[in-house]
Amino acid sequence: MSNGQNERREMTGAEMVVQALIDNGVKHVFGYPGGAVLPIYDEIFQQDQLEHILVRHEQGAGHAAEGYARSTGKAGVMLVTSGPGATNAVTPLQDALMDSIPLVCLTGQVPTTLIGSDGFQECDTVGITRPCTKHNWLVKDVNDLARTIHEAFHVATTGRPGPVVVDIPKDVQFAKGVYVSPQTAPRTSYHPQVQGDLDKIKAAVELMAGARKPILYTGGGVVNAGTEASHLLRELVELSGFPITSTLMGLGAYPASGKNWLGMLGMHGTYEANMAMHDCDVMVCVGARFDDRITGRLNAFSPNSKKIHIDIDPSSINKNVHIDIGIIGDCGRVLEDMVRLWRATVKPDKKALYPWWEQIARWRARDSLAYKPNPDVIMPQYAIQRLFELTKDKDTYITTEVGQHQMWAAQHFHFDKPNRWMTSGGLGTMGYGLPAALGVQVAHPDALVIDIAGDASVQMTIQEMSAAVQHNAPIKIFILNNQYMGMVRQWQQLLHGNRLSHSYTEAMPDFVKLAEAYGCHGIRCDKPDELDGAIAEMISVNKPVLFDCRVATLANCFPMIPSGKAHNEMLLPDEATDEAVANAIDAKGRELV
Amino acid sequence: MNAQLQPTGSAYFIAKDETKPEKHTLSVLVDNEPGVLARVIGLFSGRGYNIESLTVSETEHETHLSRITIVTSGTPGVLEQIKHQLERIVPVHRVVDLTVRSHELGQERPLERELALVKVAGTGVSRVEALRLADAFRAHVVDANTEHFIFQITGKSSKIDQFIGIMRPLGLVEICRTGVAAMNRGAQGM
Repeated sequence: MSNGQNERREMTGAEMVVQALIDNGVKHVFGYPGGAVLPIYDEIFQQDQLEHILVRHEQGAGHAAEGYARSTGKAGVMLVTSGPGATNAVTPLQDALMDSIPLVCLTGQVPTTLIGSDGFQECDTVGITRPCTKHNWLVKDVNDLARTIHEAFHVATTGRPGPVVVDIPKDVQFAKGVYVSPQTAPRTSYHPQVQGDLDKIKAAVELMAGARKPILYTGGGVVNAGTEASHLLRELVELSGFPITSTLMGLGAYPASGKNWLGMLGMHGTYEANMAMHDCDVMVCVGARFDDRITGRLNAFSPNSKKIHIDIDPSSINKNVHIDIGIIGDCGRVLEDMVRLWRATVKPDKKALYPWWEQIARWRARDSLAYKPNPDVIMPQYAIQRLFELTKDKDTYITTEVGQHQMWAAQHFHFDKPNRWMTSGGLGTMGYGLPAALGVQVAHPDALVIDIAGDASVQMTIQEMSAAVQHNAPIKIFILNNQYMGMVRQWQQLLHGNRLSHSYTEAMPDFVKLAEAYGCHGIRCDKPDELDGAIAEMISVNKPVLFDCRVATLANCFPMIPSGKAHNEMLLPDEATDEAVANAIDAKGRELV
Repeated sequence: MNAQLQPTGSAYFIAKDETKPEKHTLSVLVDNEPGVLARVIGLFSGRGYNIESLTVSETEHETHLSRITIVTSGTPGVLEQIKHQLERIVPVHRVVDLTVRSHELGQERPLERELALVKVAGTGVSRVEALRLADAFRAHVVDANTEHFIFQITGKSSKIDQFIGIMRPLGLVEICRTGVAAMNRGAQGM
């Protein structure tokens, strides 16, 4: 197959799919074959420019593609068959939609003549995926196919990134048509605004310059805007001397080792980050969306601040929280203007922020991430801390599942670079981390890729260990095994009188034997003094590892903003007695999640 | 500072907004392609917005553009969200809140018209009365025999409501309404 020249060539739909992927710079496709995509798989078989990663379940393909996308900044690509293949893709599609991950999903469909006849493995893919994609297409004419795939990549990767689906009936894959290369004019209705309004940016800089208690609150949008945006963010922090906090999705954009770093904010964020958010006079939100996990009780959210919000999606501004200056644009472009204007117009007076930093130091002294060490049992926080210490000098990427382990990872593993932290934030998908790690490892074959997992989450997609073995992806699955769905149990303790309904993991598999069954390496550790050695073993093994780290079974994740409470009503670890936990949430808050 | 100031007790903040809901008419210019109406309607149902009336038809055949007119109601904050959420849909070219625009133009509301077909059956006095009232409402008879009329009436929705109310005791059989078509007064386009 020749590389993308601007000529018009006749080929089959299946050939077009492969050519269009190559022309859009795709190197890896995560997928699972089936009847309605066989012509495309036949083309994949006959070329060597695209590498196909066979997963064990379509959900795994989606999360792997998400991990790939998140760690590279490029679009992740998945290829699945019609019917069940497409419906299994729904979870990763919604996950990518909520976390703004560029994901291109190609689905097979029954032949156009059979659409609507309830054919074998038929489903209304575009109907089902309409609300969980940024856009989707059903291609009924082979002459529209190439253009549609190019447009799909354009839509997925520009503006606020997101998932797209291209549904391709089997007869279209066989039909011959004319291939067009990606240099075709994009549609006129889609033109995301990337450059911010300069007058508003000026007003924002003016407001920031006069702030006495400012805070930067950043999110996944900074990571999505590329590494240059992270550099500019660091520059802005350096120039302004502002304290900075980040959402779960934004970790790494500003280094955790930076002196202005307050830690993550939100429901399980640090005391200093949440208190600073509550008491600030100017809040600068960059690429975050005032999610309910972040704001706590809305009517008590940062009551005395002027709020600046930079976001590429106009619908994010004023959605949950009233914004004083809303700047629509790409975070990188807006930060660039901001840094330039700050340099040109603001006389630095960092002394003005001294009282604010002193206040922050007092909050920080509460040491809200503290936990009681235990010489006999591995505390989950300790496990993460050791994992961080023993991997921080390596080229490390971290993925997670969803639950207590995810929050402990966010609190105790520190990221100095963007694109190093892959987690399911918006949708909260248990089972995300293992296939995401596979995707990250495929993109970075020589890196150390660790999925920090829970014993319950990991079992949702554990079949992908087989895919990791097949593709020589030496991912490390570090399971904080407390034999509970820990976060569910924590909420049952908080809300439901400690009645632990179905949150205990009965019939736990032997993860070491399971690892061996998959042809991986299994490690079990239950003693704090053996942990470092076991982690070193995990790192040194050049194949996939299932690490069964037996941790304290009843540890809970603190600090915490209980539901319905404000940022300044946090439950801190040293105050979280059984009684305080049982009474933390009042009757009204009980309805909440 | 926050728009929603009442306690919610909810981590989800499905807050009762105490600002008054307003009725607005939106014009949405879209590429006429399969599924575009489903995207618009799905957005409204998925996000819990109201649709009071919706009309759609291709208006520019060469460029395959359709114009959707939606009458919706919500608080100013919700209406702003509806506009921005509609703009996120890829085949949507433009969204104009005609009600806001009419206020900017110093008018009370945009020009809004509807067409209805109203079938009335009857004989004798009520039949004569129906015909006489239809004339007063400037409704046209578009089909008739000795037992029925079908009236075609155009005008504001309130006028059509009124006409239907009057026809009800005179043998109203069925009604079909187009929903509101709307644009702003004056020389400028949307």
